[in-house]
Amino acid sequence: MSRHVVCPAAELPPGTRKLVTIGGREIGVFNVDGRLHAFHNRCPHGGAAICSGLIVGLSQSSGPGDYRLERRGEFLRCPWHGWEFEMATGQSWCDPRRTRLRNVEVKREAGSDLVMGPYVAERYPVEVEDAYIVVDL
Amino acid sequence: MCGRRLTSTQMHPRMMAAGMRADSRPSSGGPPGSDLELLRRQHLDPVNVEFGLLMALSKGGMEERNPDFAAALSRATNDWQIDHWVRQEPRLRAGIVVPQEFPETAVSEIERCAPDRRYVQIMLSTRPTDPLGNRRYWPIFEAAERAGLPIGLHPIGYNGGHPSTGSGWPTFYLQEHYVFVACMEALAASLIIEGVFERFPNLKVVLVEGGFAWAPALAWRMDQHFEKFRKEVPHLKRRPSDYLRQNIWWTTQPIEEPPQSRHIVEIIDWIGWDRLLYSSDYPHWDYDNPSFSFKFPMTEEQRRKIFRDNALALYRFQ
Repeated sequence: MSRHVVCPAAELPPGTRKLVTIGGREIGVFNVDGRLHAFHNRCPHGGAAICSGLIVGLSQSSGPGDYRLERRGEFLRCPWHGWEFEMATGQSWCDPRRTRLRNVEVKREAGSDLVMGPYVAERYPVEVEDAYIVVDL
Repeated sequence: MCGRRLTSTQMHPRMMAAGMRADSRPSSGGPPGSDLELLRRQHLDPVNVEFGLLMALSKGGMEERNPDFAAALSRATNDWQIDHWVRQEPRLRAGIVVPQEFPETAVSEIERCAPDRRYVQIMLSTRPTDPLGNRRYWPIFEAAERAGLPIGLHPIGYNGGHPSTGSGWPTFYLQEHYVFVACMEALAASLIIEGVFERFPNLKVVLVEGGFAWAPALAWRMDQHFEKFRKEVPHLKRRPSDYLRQNIWWTTQPIEEPPQSRHIVEIIDWIGWDRLLYSSDYPHWDYDNPSFSFKFPMTEEQRRKIFRDNALALYRFQ
């Protein structure tokens, strides 16, 4: 496991995402309403660069004529075949038994903790007074 | 390839992601499938395409009812494929779009393009005004056979002069997408039973994006009835399934995925491993990446046939 500083927290406000390459692997980091998520940028179903997909809710129904959009903002939808993955867990809504999107651990850390620890700052000089987005690979 | 800007509200039923891969819109602002550099980066380079066939869908001349406009649109689409794509990218090959409802003009367009070996097939609409085996289309088949060019049939969203089912338009896109299968069955049955392959035994027809798992059932049903109806169609000298095996090819995308993957292998065994060609459907939403989309075991020889050898045998790539 190695920890990597992705960016200052201010560069990833709610509603934004960032694609970074760490050790040759593309990782998408998302801030959805303050919740942070990070995934390997490859759909486990068909191989698409999934981190360019839309963030969506679930279309639910109790029967014909009843349609509800629920759990808005909790799912990442693949740009190719439209498979939906629960962002909190990586679970596929299409094939929960066999397919899972690989979550990467992501946190918001204070600069004062980072300058002391065994972290790798990819592109940013870490300042004590700021907060940073950090992924764990 | 699609040369038309699509939005999800323009048509009904709503297509998945307006029919396109969500990541296929070029930054230059054109519609998906309009940017050669993006095509290279998203498809030709990463999956190591040796030869890629363009299929100019959208509303080309194939279904246009104004005869002069249909002829002009077809010529323009064909010239554009060469100028804009094939001349700049030697891996690409073009498909001849023809004003299909006006067979005389269609034949002229085939004869104009066919000497140029960068055209490798003839595109026809999957929803012609009459069933495709109707004799009024035979001049097109005669020209195709004479030129040695296969006919490629690819569904085009909400195309054609008829609803996509015999009882009207579907309500949902899931319904519409399934109807591609019924459409292909009707095309194959029409070509076979109306005698097209009896008259043009060397005609080759490629059914694109219509699946193939239905083929055995169609053949068994036609063969069974053929025995009883033979006196109605004495022009058929062989069983319907013989023509299916001799004159028709299928493409993979979107491949059927039965819960037990070996079942698809049994179906390909029936169809023949030499009849199936890999297709990508780039830039449509249901694009198949060859590294991910084939979830059943294949021998190295079977893999080579689907991804390479069958296409090399069918099309004039050199």
